[in-house]
Amino acid sequence: MISIQNVNKWYGDFQVLSDCSTEVKKGEVVVVCGPSGSGKSTLIKCVNALEPFQKGDIVVDETSIADKKTDLPKLRSRVGMVFQHFELFPHLSITENLCIAQVKVLGRSKAEASKKGLALLERVGLAAHAHKHPGQLSGGQQQRVAIARALAMDPVVMLFDEPTSALDPEMVNEVLDVMVQLANEGMTMMCVTHEMGFARKVADRVIFMDAGKIVEDCPKEAFFGDLSARSERAQQFLAKILQH
Amino acid sequence: MDFSAIIPALPGLADGLWMTLKLMALGVLGGVLLGTLLALLRLSPNKLLANFAATYVNYFRSIPLLLVITWFYFAVPFILRWITGEDTPVGAFASCLVAFVMFEAAYFCEIVRAGIQAIPRGQMGAASALGMTYAQSMRLIILPQAFRKMTPLLLQQSIILFQDTSLVYTVGLMDFLNAARSRGDIIGQAHEFLIFAGLVYFTLSFAASQLVKHLQKRLAV
Ligand SMILES: Nc1ncnc2c1ncn2[C@@H]1O[C@H](COP(=O)(O)OP(=O)(O)OP(=O)(O)O)[C@@H](O)[C@H]1O
Ligand SMILES: [Mg+2]
Repeated sequence: MISIQNVNKWYGDFQVLSDCSTEVKKGEVVVVCGPSGSGKSTLIKCVNALEPFQKGDIVVDETSIADKKTDLPKLRSRVGMVFQHFELFPHLSITENLCIAQVKVLGRSKAEASKKGLALLERVGLAAHAHKHPGQLSGGQQQRVAIARALAMDPVVMLFDEPTSALDPEMVNEVLDVMVQLANEGMTMMCVTHEMGFARKVADRVIFMDAGKIVEDCPKEAFFGDLSARSERAQQFLAKILQH
Repeated sequence: MDFSAIIPALPGLADGLWMTLKLMALGVLGGVLLGTLLALLRLSPNKLLANFAATYVNYFRSIPLLLVITWFYFAVPFILRWITGEDTPVGAFASCLVAFVMFEAAYFCEIVRAGIQAIPRGQMGAASALGMTYAQSMRLIILPQAFRKMTPLLLQQSIILFQDTSLVYTVGLMDFLNAARSRGDIIGQAHEFLIFAGLVYFTLSFAASQLVKHLQKRLAV
């Protein structure tokens, strides 16, 4: 579904991504972790071409991003993305947040779009808030709306960039529950997260990044099973986050 | 001082005030439209377009409005003749309006640009991630939020324009101030009419800026 092939990216002289390659198959859940500044956000944003890269290619559902002829907005409309800071549109109601791209990008009718939006809102447990504005919801609720908004586009794959790290601890689980449910339904997912409980529960593979490189890329069982087989950097990192 | 002569002159003064308000409203409308376009150019990744807009803004902010008005009064008919090949009389109103729009656009551009830049970058990212094109993201997501934030500043700038419209007297347009002065001059009571005109400008501008302050408070929460 996603094939990342020798991707290199520079900001001026500074290389953010060096020779990153990996695959995410249909229905697979891949968790990406690594220290701050290691390039996780940059990599995941390359997958829907929010960030350009200079070398290599990424193929999403048989569409090449490096190919100049690719219609990038069209490609993005088929890839859902959830951000650390939710990024709901504050000037629109929850319903409008869910409908606007369905109507303007996919050309669905308003009625069709709001029916779909409401069904998804129901699914994330927020149907009662449809008429409110984002500012009136808690962080956890906003993030669940953001997930519903992405799902409303019927994406072939979902990308998550630290979806719970801006949340108060008591709201983390309500968002993770939605993500676990999504994973169990067979959604293809690439998640940047440090929630190792989530990784243990639903991930198929875990990728560990450091200084712009993919250092580890292995099945979950191997990643958590035998720590001594991991690279030194990964061990240090895991020791830090698994303490908590 | 004898203010009684103002009463019979009121219909004529009202015509002048109407001219002033018309110039202001159309000037603001055109200025905001052109200013928004300039702001988008200034923020565009295309260096050529961005530089063009920056030069435009810096140029118009460095010359007096009075100069722009007189200049356009002579230039607009000339340019039109050059384009259409025949004499096209445009009149003082049209040339003044063009001057206001072009001049104010430079100021509105900076307000709109700051407004756009005040919207968190993630909003553009989220709009793009949903498949919106750059134009759709701007029109549906960024600009509506930016305009909400800048409404007080835009209104403040409109109040300034309201006062600046009085400069059209140089090309003989009968705005409110010109109407008051010429009527006062005819009957030899220039002072009374000018004091009255000052009061009207003050009342309208002051009331409008109080309204803006009130609005600012409401938008801030
Ligand atoms: N626009 C930019 N210009 C220059 N350098 C940048 C830019 N954006 C990110 N970087 C740098 O690229 C590196 C990778 O950033 P990235 O956001 O991908 O890291 P991350 O792994 O997501 O970190 P975090 O856990 O803090 O979110 C960092 O060193 C960052 O400083
Ligand atoms: Mg990040």
